[in-house]
Amino acid sequence: MPVYSEKVMEHFMNPRNVGEIENPDGVGEEGNPVCGDMMTFYIKVKDDRLEDVKFKTFGCGAAIAVSSMVSEMAKGKTLKEAMKITPRSVADELKGLPKNKFHCSNLGAQALNKAIQDYLSKKTGGKK
Amino acid sequence: MRKVYLDYAATTPLHPEVRQAMMPFLAETFGNPSSLHDWGDGAREALEVARGQVAQLIGGGAEEIIFTGSGTESNNFAVKGLALAQQNKGKHVVVSAIEHFSVLHSAKTLEKWGFELSLVPVDKYGLVAPEDVRKSLRKDTVLVSIMHANGEVGTIEPIREIARITKENNVVLHTDAVATAGTIPVNVKELGIDALSLAGNQFYGPKGVGALWMRKGVRIIPFLDGGVQEEGRRAGTENVPAIVGLGKAAELAATDVTARIEHLTQLRDRLLKELPAKIEHVVVTGHPQNRLPGHASFCVEFIEGESMLMLLNSNGVAVSSGSACTSRALKASHVLIAMGIPHALAQGSLLFSFGTDNAPEDIDYVLEVLPPIVDRLRQMSPLYSKFIKESRGGG
Repeated sequence: MPVYSEKVMEHFMNPRNVGEIENPDGVGEEGNPVCGDMMTFYIKVKDDRLEDVKFKTFGCGAAIAVSSMVSEMAKGKTLKEAMKITPRSVADELKGLPKNKFHCSNLGAQALNKAIQDYLSKKTGGKK
Repeated sequence: MRKVYLDYAATTPLHPEVRQAMMPFLAETFGNPSSLHDWGDGAREALEVARGQVAQLIGGGAEEIIFTGSGTESNNFAVKGLALAQQNKGKHVVVSAIEHFSVLHSAKTLEKWGFELSLVPVDKYGLVAPEDVRKSLRKDTVLVSIMHANGEVGTIEPIREIARITKENNVVLHTDAVATAGTIPVNVKELGIDALSLAGNQFYGPKGVGALWMRKGVRIIPFLDGGVQEEGRRAGTENVPAIVGLGKAAELAATDVTARIEHLTQLRDRLLKELPAKIEHVVVTGHPQNRLPGHASFCVEFIEGESMLMLLNSNGVAVSSGSACTSRALKASHVLIAMGIPHALAQGSLLFSFGTDNAPEDIDYVLEVLPPIVDRLRQMSPLYSKFIKESRGGG
């Protein structure tokens, strides 16, 4: 098996918040199947907070654990707080990722960020 | 929990008789084969017995066998050594696009050393067309290296036909037979080749030992310089216990090959047939018939290999994958890509390789545990939800 931390294995075996949100407030996609990992994040926003976060992920054990961890870290946070989630903080929460997986599989924070940007651009777009 | 090892292509366990044959050489018979006393004689005699056993397995002469440290070493030795020995004649080498990295990367090293390299393509089954080899030959071609069978997709290559072409053109032909020697009948004379690599841990011998067979008269540059071991072509004190084990494994393989093939083919054909019937959107990779007896490989659509491997392992099943995520280099299998399989599909690669210890119940178990794993990962996959939405929208 790849050398994954217990925390990564636990999230891989029991991923949180898998799925899609119907009529989401924002959607963000990162990665592509060519490099091996692809993640889609769906968010529901209420009073500037992430009321719900769900994801779908194509990829290795690390990619699935990263998605699950990001969803858990982001849920309930304000948008501002959630945007502070970085690949580094996700890897730290997971008690580390194998070196070669850090870049390719650690796309959750970017995908979430894209979902938030999607929400924000729709919001400002709506106001205009 | 049931434990099912289906990764014999990675390595096989040691045959009990092989282990038994090796034991004295890990104990009282410890001498150096180069020593000129009784201790040395015992080790040297054992070495020569093993040389005969390996030669017999492939129909070559004992004096044509050089022991090495692995299949990878044999391939490095052959590709670099055979090319370098002929560089006055020319500096062009030909290998297939699906060679093992020990051949492919050796050929790339030759490029850095001033050689030119041509890669022969394969078709969708991973087959090399002998005519493509002919077309790649030039006046300055000194070496062709094409594998006997591919360990990732199981396809067996038409080496005999390729050998006819290289012989006509007076070019040395090496074949990497790591996946076939000891597994299916291999005869160097019938194949008509000039050099062949094999490895012990592919047929119930020990790890860390291989051999290079070279037809008498073929010239090679020594791989390791030093003493006169292996006729000065591969210096260093011989790994006597491992070589003895390789010899014994070769002897057993030669005796048991027919029974082994029959057993493996049954297991393989069942999985090749029943897995795609049980799980939707699964494709068989490699040649449907012309493939290694204990080898069933697939691509499972919409999901990735490493996550399948991990979940199979949590159910006690050991297999391999050619997905990018399972490779250290994080690149999808060059074999699958050369066969024209799209990257996304190649990510879902799964390889089952069977051995003498497997029983039909092992296939039952795989067919029981794999479908829920695939289902679970597809429920998580954005590619699968896209596919479902599109097929609903379209239909």
